[in-house]
Parts: sequence; structure tokens; C-alpha cells
Amino acid sequence: MPAIDVAQSANSGKKLNRRKVRWWKSRTFDFLQFIALIAFVVWITWRSAAAMDYRWQWYRLPKYFYRIIDGELIWGPLINGMFVTLEIAAWGMVLTLIIGLITAILRLSDSFAGQVLARTYLETIRNTPLLVQVSIFYFVLQPILGINNPLWTGILALAFFEGSFASEIIRAGINSVPRGQWEASSTVGLSKAKTYIYVILPQAVPLMLPPLTGILVNLVKHSAILSFVAVFELTTEARNLIGDTFMSFEIWFTIGAMYLVVTITLSTLVGVLERRIGRGR
Amino acid sequence: MSDGTGKQAMIQLRGVNKMFGDFQALYDINLDVYQGERVVICGPSGSGKSTLIRCINRLEEHETGEIIVDGIRLDDDTRKIAEIRAEIGMVFQLFNLFPHLSVLDNCTLGPMKARGISRTEAQKLAMRYLEKVRIPEQAGKYPSQLSGGQQQRVAIARSLCMSPKIMLFDEPTSALDPEMIKEVLDVMIELAETGMTMICVTHEMGFAKTVADKMIFMDEGRIVEEATPAEFFTNPKNDRTKLFLSQILLH
Repeated sequence: MPAIDVAQSANSGKKLNRRKVRWWKSRTFDFLQFIALIAFVVWITWRSAAAMDYRWQWYRLPKYFYRIIDGELIWGPLINGMFVTLEIAAWGMVLTLIIGLITAILRLSDSFAGQVLARTYLETIRNTPLLVQVSIFYFVLQPILGINNPLWTGILALAFFEGSFASEIIRAGINSVPRGQWEASSTVGLSKAKTYIYVILPQAVPLMLPPLTGILVNLVKHSAILSFVAVFELTTEARNLIGDTFMSFEIWFTIGAMYLVVTITLSTLVGVLERRIGRGR
Repeated sequence: MSDGTGKQAMIQLRGVNKMFGDFQALYDINLDVYQGERVVICGPSGSGKSTLIRCINRLEEHETGEIIVDGIRLDDDTRKIAEIRAEIGMVFQLFNLFPHLSVLDNCTLGPMKARGISRTEAQKLAMRYLEKVRIPEQAGKYPSQLSGGQQQRVAIARSLCMSPKIMLFDEPTSALDPEMIKEVLDVMIELAETGMTMICVTHEMGFAKTVADKMIFMDEGRIVEEATPAEFFTNPKNDRTKLFLSQILLH
């Protein structure tokens, strides 16, 4: 930009005025704005608490993270709940990818039955509330399938939900690989399955990674809904603690921050992974 | 099937028709290609040249008629199609190399994953053909690091690694800068000298004169003229062939 300014001023023959930095565009004002914003949020919170006659008891919180008894570290309910949330997200992601990949390949296949199956699954899952799906898995499918384990029922329900979105991402990634790659693969004798494994997916996966990160973050967030069906993840632990301690402000703020830390960490890690894959080419 | 000299017809097309929706791309194509024969197909764009050779390895499916390759009839039996494709190498206009694999891995993928040859064997094979196309020193590079001419030579080497009985070339030099065309044609001429059965769709008439045993001129989905190069270039019979040749040879 400055180069253009100089060129223009040279062309017009006018003397270049040093542009004055307006005070509302300065760094200092930016910073003051930020401070004012934070102050406002704190003030609102404090005002609401005061209006409710809320007594802050942050000092009671640490023991719900961990306690040290006889020199031994014991995780508190919040940390345990977070581990369960991470477990749900991890297994959920594995199942989501499997369901998503199978659905995507079915939709791209020549099989009419496969396409109908995939479309029915996608439309059903995408057009019903997640809470209803979780309820059906928990109250209907769990007894029928005899999975006597709310955690796995929950993971399965979430994976079926996220799998529908993952399948579209995977399908788009596969479709973005040029048709010539399929043709070249078949001329060197590769079957369809081998073409997927050695030619198509290695090219499509780097394209899928950024949007799939969104799915992983969604799994972490949506796992909160499993508190509804007695899975002891972070939100359930929080609700139980609030029932015991009545510290609703402190605990909701805290687990909100915990979810943030987990999701932002995951996004950052995938960003690093993405760059590493990008560099390999 | 024999042409009187006792040679086997490697490829036979009988009354082949091909539709793309309402558009008929090929009309009643009859063609015999014998072992070791070099056929050059030319014609204006949209005349069905590419479609014709793409039917031979079933990248396109013909509607009616018969295509027999090395004694195997092309139909919906997928096992036979895989068998035929393994015998037919193909070189594309836009190379279609695998961009995520090195040059060497591009060449070894088929032999290893489709034929089950060991990695060391496949690499030896690949290096032999990379030497034939004169770029063994590029084996470790990725396709995007090579020039168009080099990429096309890799594509030829990749096809040869499958030890095909037939090679199809679909306008192999059309996407290349002029100074790179020769290096690709030289490789193709050398390949022709080894006795490979070749069908080339190309507008390189110099190449056609050098290697072709048979010239085919196509227009609007039909084979309009089929002749030896000597006849084709000096005494074309069909008016459209004459017009096409006068246009293309002016340059």
C-alpha cells in the first residue's frame, strides 16, 4: 500500500502528507477497548450475582479438581468428568470416521440399495433432534441390543449423529480428487478398493482434516448431552456438584472454561498435524 | 482371426456404437489391430478418437457391438475387465500421475499392489523403465517437481512397468510445450521399435509418418479412412481427410 501511495503522489506531483494516526485507530485505544469490554463483563456478572445476593465461593473449588490425601493425588469429580468426556470424544471420533467413510462410499457406489441406505440414514439423523436420538438409543436400542452400558450407548448415539456430517465431508474430499486418478489407477490394474486405499484417500484426507476437526470439537461439546442419560462425563459431574454445593456460577463458569481449553487444544493440535502433512508433499 | 501372414488380431472391434446420453459418439466402428502393429488415429476434435481408444480398455462402455482384446470379449464381467486392463497400458493427455507419490512409487504401485511383486523387484523394474525413458535421476522427485515432458515420460514408464501387450496413447503431446514434445515422441518411437502394439491418438504427423503401419482418420464418430501412411499422406481418398490434412500440414 505505501508503495502505491508514493507512486500516486509522485504521479500527481503533490507533496505526500504523512498520514496522521487518528486516536481511535491507535494501539492504546484498542487495548483500552479490550479492558473496557472485560470490565463490562465482570461488572455484569458481579451485578447479577449481587442482585441475586450470590455469595462467591471460589475457594471451595480446587478440591473438586484434585485432593492430596496421605501424599497421594486423587482426581476430583471435575477432572474425572473431563477424562470421561475425552474418552467419549476419542471413541466417538473413531466410530464417526468409520460410519462416515462407509456412508460416503455407499453414496458414491453404483449400488442402488447402498445409496438408498445411506440417504435414509443421512436424512433421518440430520432431521431429528440429537436429544431424541440419544433417548432412542438409550431407552429403546440399549435394551433391545443388550448393551448394558450407558457410556457406550451414548458414544454410539453421538457417533451416528456426527457420522452423518462426517460422511458429507469425506464424500466432498473424495469427489475433489480428479477422475483421471481413478482412470490411471485402473490402467495400472488397481481394483476399486485398492484405488481408494493407495490413490484416492491419501489425496483426499489432507483436504478433509480441517472440517473434520470441527466434528471432533462437536463431539466434545455434544457429549454434554449424555448427562441426560446418566453418563458421568463433565456436565453430569458439574450438575451433581451444583446439587451438592449450590455453587452454580462458579461451577458452570469453570466447566465452560474446561470445554474451551479442550476444544482449542484439539484445534491447535490438528492445525500442527495439517501443516506437517502439507509439508510432506 | 488372421490377416493372412499368420499374425493374431490383438484387438477386434465389430460394429461398435457408443452413446453419451442422446449424443452418439461412435457409429458402427470396425477395426482390427494386429500384434506389433502401430496404428495412429487422427481427426478433428470431437470426432470420437479418444472415445474409441477408451472403449478398448473400458474406461468407456460401448452400447452395442463387440470388442475382443487378446481373445477376451469385453462385457460386464468385471473379472475379465481387470484382466484386460492389466494387459493394456494407457498414457493420458494430462499425464494423470499420482501427485502424492514419488516418481519411483508411481511406477511401483501397480506392480506391487495389483501384481503382488515384491518392493525390491518392483523398484528394479521401475528403474529399468525409467532408464528407458531417460529420467532415472528423477526417481526420488514428486511429479509436481518435473516438467510436462518429464511427467509424460514417467507416465509411459509407469505403464510399461505393468508389462502391457498393448499401449494406448491419448493425445500424449497435446498438453506439452513445443520444446518438450520431441522428448516424448522419441521415447514413443523407441517403444515402437521394440515391437509393441500401439494405438496413438495424435496430431503429430511427423511421428505418424515415422512409426505408423496404419493411419485412421475419424470424423463425427465414424472411421472415414483407413490406409497405410504412404497412401494416407500422398493420396487420401476422402474429401474430409484431404481437408483435414491440408489444414494440419499447412503449419
